[in-house]
Amino acid sequence: MAEEHYPEDLKYHPEHDWARVEGDAATLGITWFAQDALGEIVFFEPPAVGTQLIKDSAYAEVESVKAVSEVIAPLSGEVIEANGALGDAPETINDDPYGEGWMVKIKLADPGEADGLLDVTAYRQHLEEGV
Amino acid sequence: MSNPSAETLRRTSLYDAHVAAGAKLVPFAGWEMPVQYAEGIKAEHINVRSAAGLFDVSHMGQIETTGPQATEFLQSIFTNDVTRIPVGGAQYALICRDDGGVIDDLFTYRMGESRYLTVTNASNHQTDFEWFAQNAGNHDVDVIDRANEYAMLALQGPAARDVLAQVIDGMEPERMKIEQTTVAGRVALVAGTGYTGEDGVEIMLAPEDAPHVWDALIAAGAKPAGLGARDTLRLEVCFPLYGNDLSLDVDPISAGLGWACALETEFIGAAALREIKADGPARKLAPFVFTGPGIPRQGNLVLKDGAEAGEVTSGTMSPSLQVGAGMAYVDAALAEPGTAIDVDVRGKPRSAEVRGKPLYKPAQ
Repeated sequence: MAEEHYPEDLKYHPEHDWARVEGDAATLGITWFAQDALGEIVFFEPPAVGTQLIKDSAYAEVESVKAVSEVIAPLSGEVIEANGALGDAPETINDDPYGEGWMVKIKLADPGEADGLLDVTAYRQHLEEGV
Repeated sequence: MSNPSAETLRRTSLYDAHVAAGAKLVPFAGWEMPVQYAEGIKAEHINVRSAAGLFDVSHMGQIETTGPQATEFLQSIFTNDVTRIPVGGAQYALICRDDGGVIDDLFTYRMGESRYLTVTNASNHQTDFEWFAQNAGNHDVDVIDRANEYAMLALQGPAARDVLAQVIDGMEPERMKIEQTTVAGRVALVAGTGYTGEDGVEIMLAPEDAPHVWDALIAAGAKPAGLGARDTLRLEVCFPLYGNDLSLDVDPISAGLGWACALETEFIGAAALREIKADGPARKLAPFVFTGPGIPRQGNLVLKDGAEAGEVTSGTMSPSLQVGAGMAYVDAALAEPGTAIDVDVRGKPRSAEVRGKPLYKPAQ
């Protein structure tokens, strides 16, 4: 598993999801904290291309040997690409949560929504508060 | 830091060893137990299937039954035929209510002609002890709660006996036998039993001796394994787990444990089980694997042609088979290996096939 880290160029959702915003699109995934809490991830089925994600709502499930967890959309938008490689190698989410372990790319419904997310400092503070 | 529920959890004498080994500790049946260590459930599982894993199962309880009528008494509450356990032998049995509902499933070791040691599930220990005491009635026996006097380790895997050989003084027990011996210089009961389907032993010893013996077995080549791997290992070989596959609401016949029920001994519940056996159970516990994606979980409904036809009682991603796998109570007509079923996993029907036992056959 990867070492604990939180890249500075990402936006964070308090439910332990990240977004890498690039223009009117964003790549989404779960944070190091989320994958560590779950343990070894053994199943992930991404949503189909075209699925509409709604900020703060679950868009997929991620499963470890013992637990099932919902993946929350940090931003709203339409899925334009899904990481199909995670079907055969879901452990990639543990190994590289911000890189190869990305889950979906979306076309943002409202690029202004990203302003409401946490930056890395605020997310780290959120973790320290023990949520 | 101070979680109120954590204050009431009990710790085994190996707590410090677990922390040192990087364990993730979780509440389990009133105990704070290691669900996994640093390497994770899959690695621990594979290590038990290929080498040797060491589990702390000190949360499990022990009841000693002794006295001139010990055999007759246990015969009256155990489903299996107690008279067939040789001195130094072991036997699996269940205890049932009068209606056949399962109170617990347990292993019993015959320590002497009229002395038995029974290992209980942690969550059922108190209930079991009360059931023993209450039914001892007019038998000339003493029933003694020994749960606080034993720590318990399970050393399991194809290399378990090689690991043990380095630290045991004397004979290793054969399968389904128990020996009083010395392990790493400490007095211990060593039994050729386990809950993984692999060869190996279970070791009962004084709690204060357990850390030393644990360290010696680790030094001899065993790797720690947590309750997460214990669950995936037992499920692959279709050993039932009380609270999942067994409960007061099910009977041993439906659970496929008729082989452990000697009905002619007229134990408590025998009449009810005889009736269920004669009529044929309405539902049977059946192992299954997913033929596509997904992971079954306890409580998922089984569907046949879209209609409800059963319920999953245990489910996981099988580390050995690398597919979703589990056990479910299904309508008796569907329990035949090869039957196609669906499992409703949180609203998604997943394709599955009923299989025979075990789902995974250990290589030996």
